[in-house]
Amino acid sequence: MHVLSKETNINFIGIRKYALILSALLLLVSVYAIVTKGLNFGIDFTGGTMIEIAYPEQADLNQIRTTLSEAGYDDAVVQNFGSLQDVLIRLPVIADQNMADLSNEVVAVLSANDNQQIQVNRVEFVGPQVGEELTEDGGLAMIYALFGILIYVAFRFEYRFAISSVFALVHDVVLTVGFFALFELQFDLTILAAILAVIGYSLNDTIVVFDRIRENFLKLRNAEPPEVINVSVNGTLGRTIMTSMTTLLVVISLFIFGGEVIHGFAMALLVGIVIGTYSSIYIAGSSILLLGVSKYDLLPPEKENDDAVGSDGSQV
Amino acid sequence: MNRYPLWKNLLLLVVIATAVIYAMPNLYGDDPAVQISAGRQASLDNALVSNVETQLKEADLPYKGLTLEDNRLLIRFADADSQLKAREMIAGSLAEQDYIVALNLAPTTPEWLTGLKAEPMNLGLDLRGGVHFLMEVDMQAVQHQALTGIADDLRLLLRESVIRYTRVEVEGDTLFLGFRDATERDKAEQEISRDYPDVVVSTDESADRPTLALNMTETFLRETQTLALQQNITTLRNRINELGVAEPTVQQQGQNRIVVQLPGVQDTAQAKKILGATATLEFRLVDFESDVQSAVNGRVPANSELFNHRDGTPYLLNKRVMLTGENIINAASTLDAQTNSPAVSVTIDGKGARIFSNVTGDNIGNPMAVVFIESKSETEVVAGEEVRVRKQFPEIISVATIRDQLGKKFQITGLDSTTEARDLALLLRAGALAAPIEIVEERTVGPSMGQENIDKGFKSVVIGLVLVLVFMAVWYRVFGLVANLALAVNLVLLVALLSMLQATLTMPGIAGIVLTVGMAVDANVLIFERIREELHIGNSPQASIRAGYDKALSTIADANVTTLIAAVVLFGFGTGTIKGFAVTLSLGILTSMFTAIMGTRALVNLIYGRQHRPALSI
Repeated sequence: MHVLSKETNINFIGIRKYALILSALLLLVSVYAIVTKGLNFGIDFTGGTMIEIAYPEQADLNQIRTTLSEAGYDDAVVQNFGSLQDVLIRLPVIADQNMADLSNEVVAVLSANDNQQIQVNRVEFVGPQVGEELTEDGGLAMIYALFGILIYVAFRFEYRFAISSVFALVHDVVLTVGFFALFELQFDLTILAAILAVIGYSLNDTIVVFDRIRENFLKLRNAEPPEVINVSVNGTLGRTIMTSMTTLLVVISLFIFGGEVIHGFAMALLVGIVIGTYSSIYIAGSSILLLGVSKYDLLPPEKENDDAVGSDGSQV
Repeated sequence: MNRYPLWKNLLLLVVIATAVIYAMPNLYGDDPAVQISAGRQASLDNALVSNVETQLKEADLPYKGLTLEDNRLLIRFADADSQLKAREMIAGSLAEQDYIVALNLAPTTPEWLTGLKAEPMNLGLDLRGGVHFLMEVDMQAVQHQALTGIADDLRLLLRESVIRYTRVEVEGDTLFLGFRDATERDKAEQEISRDYPDVVVSTDESADRPTLALNMTETFLRETQTLALQQNITTLRNRINELGVAEPTVQQQGQNRIVVQLPGVQDTAQAKKILGATATLEFRLVDFESDVQSAVNGRVPANSELFNHRDGTPYLLNKRVMLTGENIINAASTLDAQTNSPAVSVTIDGKGARIFSNVTGDNIGNPMAVVFIESKSETEVVAGEEVRVRKQFPEIISVATIRDQLGKKFQITGLDSTTEARDLALLLRAGALAAPIEIVEERTVGPSMGQENIDKGFKSVVIGLVLVLVFMAVWYRVFGLVANLALAVNLVLLVALLSMLQATLTMPGIAGIVLTVGMAVDANVLIFERIREELHIGNSPQASIRAGYDKALSTIADANVTTLIAAVVLFGFGTGTIKGFAVTLSLGILTSMFTAIMGTRALVNLIYGRQHRPALSI
């Protein structure tokens, strides 16, 4: 099973043009989808009420819709959730209405109108004010995370590495969010958490590649930057794919067996991890090259010169 | 040769052993239990214990155990059925006394573990079922109330200092005082700035008459708001105690919000009604001299106000309020002895009783009204913007002729049902909220849903884990098995840490654990790939192992620190469930670094460390 540990020698830098074009295209589609279609924000962000009800037998969605609109809830979105017995009802913020009591009223209307014994599995109500704050806080969290990472990477590596890693992260975030916009999947708080987890994961991947690039810049003294990057990406390829595989295995398990509530979360992770893996192989390395990194940027500071002499026997 | 010093091996063993012990309580289940705790006017003692025991025996309800600790009496049952029966029976027999009887789940952790302070993780509301409310205190109302209070004081002050004023009015966050001329105004300004350090006085030049504008100082405003928030928290606690919830949480969040979590509560409508109720009572004399009909047509006498009875009849009531709900110290629902209709018997404090007995003494034979005022908030659209508006809904619940001078104790009648009498008594007893409160977020999870979430979460963790284990074993053979063992230990460590911290496990928390499982092998993958590379360029097995671990270390550290940054940010901004995810993720990163680096190294050393040129199975 040494398929990947055989010295791979794919010319990643040679095909970086195609990778960049692909990424540019995907970014364009994502931004277009986000701008034109917008995100299908869940009640976490917009405010509103969500009620999950289990019927003992198959639920008649049309009947439920009629009952609700007769009771004055015209804007109710009624759909199945997971199975034919489970129904999800979503209601936007309604003017002139005490929103906190809405869920109880809706449940009362439905149980009065139905001979079946219904069971309320889940109720979520978020006031419009809270939703607004969450949107704001969520955006801020994303920016803080990126900023914290920028500083750490600049400190540990070099500013061009920092910019490239953040670029790769923005790339991953935009594509993942774009995916949700394009397919009109619901975007709620758990998706935001998943995207932040993707940031952490994708960064993890990128850092491993960068770490090798830094090492190889010092080891392969006569090599040009494109070659160094190529060797490094090839050197870490086995690990990148292995880790993505194991993580994907559990995320897929979460996606299939974790239940409806966690579905979107797993979906976001799935998409994000695939994109994150791609970006750390194709995008992160290329972009430090574009920013013009050279081995002189990575020479260790004066103090460490003695160690350098000791370990590889050469003078700097 | 690769060998770990003895202390490292011992450290590992100690850590793993500790982790196993502290993770163990999670393997034991829960017993359905009934929990009795005492209110202020009752105590938990042996008399109560034997009383409950006798009751259970008489009703032939077998119980598994009965413990009195931490100010609560916990009775364990074998099944939920007898638990429910027992609760009903005990609640019924203790109804008249100040006890809180609630359903609870009691962990069955064996004594030797609890002795070590090893306890299972708390389950979040999404896993055990219950309701979570985020409530917001109306701080504008707090400010308004404070200013109105100052306005009342000022009227008195100005009258005492013989300063004539034309108006005292609160508008928004400002209190306006109008005067006939500038001399009076300046005199008043002097008085007020001397006596009221908590307000900023300025002359309002925009008004046509000499006017003073008073604003609360920043500090005073903040103090007032903090006080109102704390008072509301106290009132909410009282009300929840009345509701009978086993382990409620009432916590301040931010400047103006309160989080309330009620595990196991199913009747959310009742909970909302009781928690959010801003109901208060007013006792007023009926103005029976003026004509009600002409008042309905718009000519309301200056000293009266028009109210509707809940049956629709309009009444004119005196503007002056005799007594409010604040003076009430106790209330209980009862039946009126004469009419056999639901009633609330009320006890009022000394100050209230004095006023009440004076006024009623002077008005024997006259009618008196009890006004029930409820305020609710609604969302209205004003000029395209959604605004929350608070409205008061006063209604007269009873009009009765004063037959006698009333004292400390009396009855309120005119209630629709016994439920209403009970709710009203509860609200009066628990006290009024210092400021109106509103539910701005609700998350309710049914109990069966909670169990389903646990099952699904558990299933996905197990399946994901098994897949990773198989994958690693196939790919890295012996080294893969070593990594798998480390992964298993990592899970135990994580569960132990979460239990020690008494963290609350939620569905996103489980997702965090699943993700950790996937990512935890990363460190090992990095190390093993390095070892393969080293072997590939012809290094000896022992040197390859050493180099693999050494070289991978900085990469692993860098990669994990950055993930940790993301997790910490998530924790900082997140609320409730997201925080749970962030906690498990960050702890998972830390434990996985420990097991994947130190743990696997110890094992690898144990397997290959003593051989001269081992054939590495990698």
